Amino acid sequence: MSSFLVIFVIIIYLAVIFYVAFWAEKNSKSKWVNNPYVYTLSLAVYCTAWTYYGSVGLAATSGLKFLTIYLGPVIIIPAWIILMRKIIKISKANKISSLADFISLRYGNNRFLGALVTIVCVLAIVPYIALQLKAISETFNVITKHNIIANTVINDTTFYIAILLAVFAAFFGTQHTDASERHKGIITAVALESVVKLVFFLVIGVYVTFYLFNGPSDIFEQASILPNFNKQQTINGLEGGFNWFFLIMLSMIAIVLLPRQFQVAVVENDREKYLKKVTWLFPLYLLLFNVFVIFIAWGGNIIFENQQVDADLFTLMLPLSQGHEILALIVFLGGFSAAISMVVISTLALSTMLSNNLIIPYGFLTKYSKGESSENTESIKNIRRIAIFSLIIVAYFFYRSFTLNRSLVSIGLISFVIIAQLAPAFFGGLIWRRASSRGAILGVLIGFLITVYTLIIPFTIDSQLLSTSFVNEGIFGIEFLKPYELFGLQLFEPVPHAFFWSLFFNIFVYVITSVSFVGNYRERNFAEMFVDSTKYGELNEEAYVWKGEAYVRDIKEVLTRFLGEKRTERALNLFYIKNGINKQTPYADARLVSFSEKLLTGSIGSASSRILIASVVKEEEISLREVLNILDETQKAKASNKELKERDKQKDEFLDTVAHELKTPITSIRALSEILLDDDEIAIDTKKQFLTSILSESQRVSRLINNILDIEKLASGKNVLDLKKNSIKNTINKSVAVVKQIAINKGIHLNTQAVSDVEIIYDEDRIQQVLINLLSNAIKFSNEEIGEVALKTYINNHKVEVSVEDSGKGIELNDLLSIFDKFYQSKNQTILKPVGSGLGLAISKQIIESHNGKIWAENRKPHGAKVTFILPFKLQ
Amino acid sequence: MKKILIVDDEPNIVMSLEYIFKKENFEVFIARDGAEAIDIVDNDIPDIIILDIMMPNVDGFQVLKYLKRSEVLSKIKVIFLSAKNKTSDIELGLKLGADKYVSKPFSTKKLVKEVHLLLNK
Repeated sequence: MSSFLVIFVIIIYLAVIFYVAFWAEKNSKSKWVNNPYVYTLSLAVYCTAWTYYGSVGLAATSGLKFLTIYLGPVIIIPAWIILMRKIIKISKANKISSLADFISLRYGNNRFLGALVTIVCVLAIVPYIALQLKAISETFNVITKHNIIANTVINDTTFYIAILLAVFAAFFGTQHTDASERHKGIITAVALESVVKLVFFLVIGVYVTFYLFNGPSDIFEQASILPNFNKQQTINGLEGGFNWFFLIMLSMIAIVLLPRQFQVAVVENDREKYLKKVTWLFPLYLLLFNVFVIFIAWGGNIIFENQQVDADLFTLMLPLSQGHEILALIVFLGGFSAAISMVVISTLALSTMLSNNLIIPYGFLTKYSKGESSENTESIKNIRRIAIFSLIIVAYFFYRSFTLNRSLVSIGLISFVIIAQLAPAFFGGLIWRRASSRGAILGVLIGFLITVYTLIIPFTIDSQLLSTSFVNEGIFGIEFLKPYELFGLQLFEPVPHAFFWSLFFNIFVYVITSVSFVGNYRERNFAEMFVDSTKYGELNEEAYVWKGEAYVRDIKEVLTRFLGEKRTERALNLFYIKNGINKQTPYADARLVSFSEKLLTGSIGSASSRILIASVVKEEEISLREVLNILDETQKAKASNKELKERDKQKDEFLDTVAHELKTPITSIRALSEILLDDDEIAIDTKKQFLTSILSESQRVSRLINNILDIEKLASGKNVLDLKKNSIKNTINKSVAVVKQIAINKGIHLNTQAVSDVEIIYDEDRIQQVLINLLSNAIKFSNEEIGEVALKTYINNHKVEVSVEDSGKGIELNDLLSIFDKFYQSKNQTILKPVGSGLGLAISKQIIESHNGKIWAENRKPHGAKVTFILPFKLQ
Repeated sequence: MKKILIVDDEPNIVMSLEYIFKKENFEVFIARDGAEAIDIVDNDIPDIIILDIMMPNVDGFQVLKYLKRSEVLSKIKVIFLSAKNKTSDIELGLKLGADKYVSKPFSTKKLVKEVHLLLNK
């Protein structure tokens, strides 16, 4: 295929990607940009060109082992969700913009640790980026010239593509100075690319499986007669099992700690609830991606048997060898997508680390503490832009100058092992309070050095074909120190071997150092927040312990240098309102100090922001004990505060309703009285009717007031019950006597045949009040003339149960639970409001409950309602 | 004769309003909740509506929203007459397009004046 055509397609494709990013940045509120699908798809940046070509290569040479890299994430996803919730919560609260920032903050804004993490990440990822560029370049050459020999830099299309990617990342990655802000353009573009790469990979998978062959079983049959087939497709006993185990572990760590994964999963997370979708969608994505890998690999092995074809290029060579160039172009584009999304996200993540955790804290703080806000933000952005270009160019020349003739997979795995050195410090910091910065630093250093010794040096020697005895005989010929068999351990392949020893010493040093040397109070403070984020997560500013002297004026000046006057003012105002602090207060407290540090963290990293703020405040040492005490107190204060607020709210609502209920009768009284006063010609009948209404509305007001006083008295729980021994039958009879006339008027029969007697202790007046209330309700809702209201008792050894049944239309399901609420009047009452305050049942409930009893309502069959209450014999 | 629709679930308030506006020579319609009000309006368009807010089933806000959806009905003048008198309630009422918001308890004379004022605009 002509290279012009391929370049043309690449340019069209890149233009589409640029446009999508641009559109998403402009429509950043659109639901096309903000949804859990985009989030989940952006996580698929995990699948790089390595997946696209390397998996097939690995499957062709080593069978199913390629699966380990995807099994790890799938297995860990449920735990990943829980972990991510915590990490995201902490990161959002502290405006964390990268992995380095996260670790550095956990260990007390440790500047050195942040820089160390950054360096480790850069060393791990730059070769990995180089790998992606290599993949682009090789596949480009294969598709245009059918060989993989590279051109000079000037003629190398990949060089220009790399530059374009740098422009893309620099343009969309530095829209905001605050790196903890989301980069919606880039993420949307990456999500789109995730779709492209998956669909195109499925296309080639189906093509190989069903077009070139007659389905999976056909491929299997043909592949199974190839030499080595059986050996490839097994795990290889115990040794192989260990290798599998460690490779899966390695990929579990990678899905959390690869800088690009941290970027998309944490920094770019918009809403925590998006995580839910990930639970099934992401494993499904990985599954789909891997379904055809083994078939393509087998297919390649069959078709290219006895030919010298690089297994890494099977995906591309299969359609090319059959003359299907368009299909090959599609494969190329899919792999291209996978590669460029990895390159863009990785350089974005690394450039943030480089600027916020290495360059700014070590070189620019003095400059920034004097500069103007516009200069400072421009300078911060420029640092990141330069970092992005440098990273990509370094990666390009890395790929050019090292003959990376080893498979894609091995370089990727080395990256994983290096990144895994951050795992003890990262995970340990989340679950272990005692973990200290010194332990973390030493652990990472030791682990990294061992990785260099056991993996990077021998790998470089192998791949550059250098002749030395180092690999086979160990350093200075000491057998015991052979890099691939350290301390005589022969069980593992090189990668699991390096992973095992490096992490072993890393964790060992980390734990021993942390136990032996206690971290300072600041570390301990953050340790509490990180480890117990559910407890302190909501506290934010208040969880931060700080003692010292600081002036708001000085802090404001620092903030202004980065945020500008307007934004500083706005941020501080919000802070004052939220915390109820007077704006005029000249002294800053712990909350303001912590808030200001966070404000700057997104722009210059947590270590730098701490140093800058510390430069204008006078801080005092606090003992660990004090830190814990203060944290505990704020926790308690917060809880009781919440309770108070809740009670206040309920009280407000109650008062609102009371006011409304009182105003209604008063409105009638006022309106009717005004008419009577103003209108002299009013007819005598009307006058009488008006006066009767005024009277009844006045009674309604006083009844309401009495009820409200009642309910308040009962609610306050004061000794309001007049407890004596009474006969329940007697009380029931007295209550029936009160409502008898109303019942007769309505033609309703009151049936008390099923009432037996027992003497127990209760407040007779109150229980009578309940009975009258229940009876009036029953009469009110019974049908005229045919109705019957029945009272029944049921007595056993320790309680008496009294129920009132009517034969009305029953209680609507919606109302059953709420009818005991204050002022609840059913929406389904007749339009003429029945006489009542809406408080009767609420009061009844309180009376029964203050007797330690229970009251509830239910419907009877076929119709009617039944309200029952229980009085226990013993009050306590 | 101008037509007025009174919507309130309190019989005594309805009685007083009915008396007042009959005396002012209005043809008076009465609805005792929002649903009834909508029924009446659909059959016979009044010039003005006195509308309570807190009513069972369909409340006053919903009635007003219903009116504003129709070109013809949205021209009817509406006075909210409600015991809800928090600023936020009043703002919501006016935002929905009520012409006036009168708090309960109200002065009969002032209410009559407001009605005439609105109708003579």
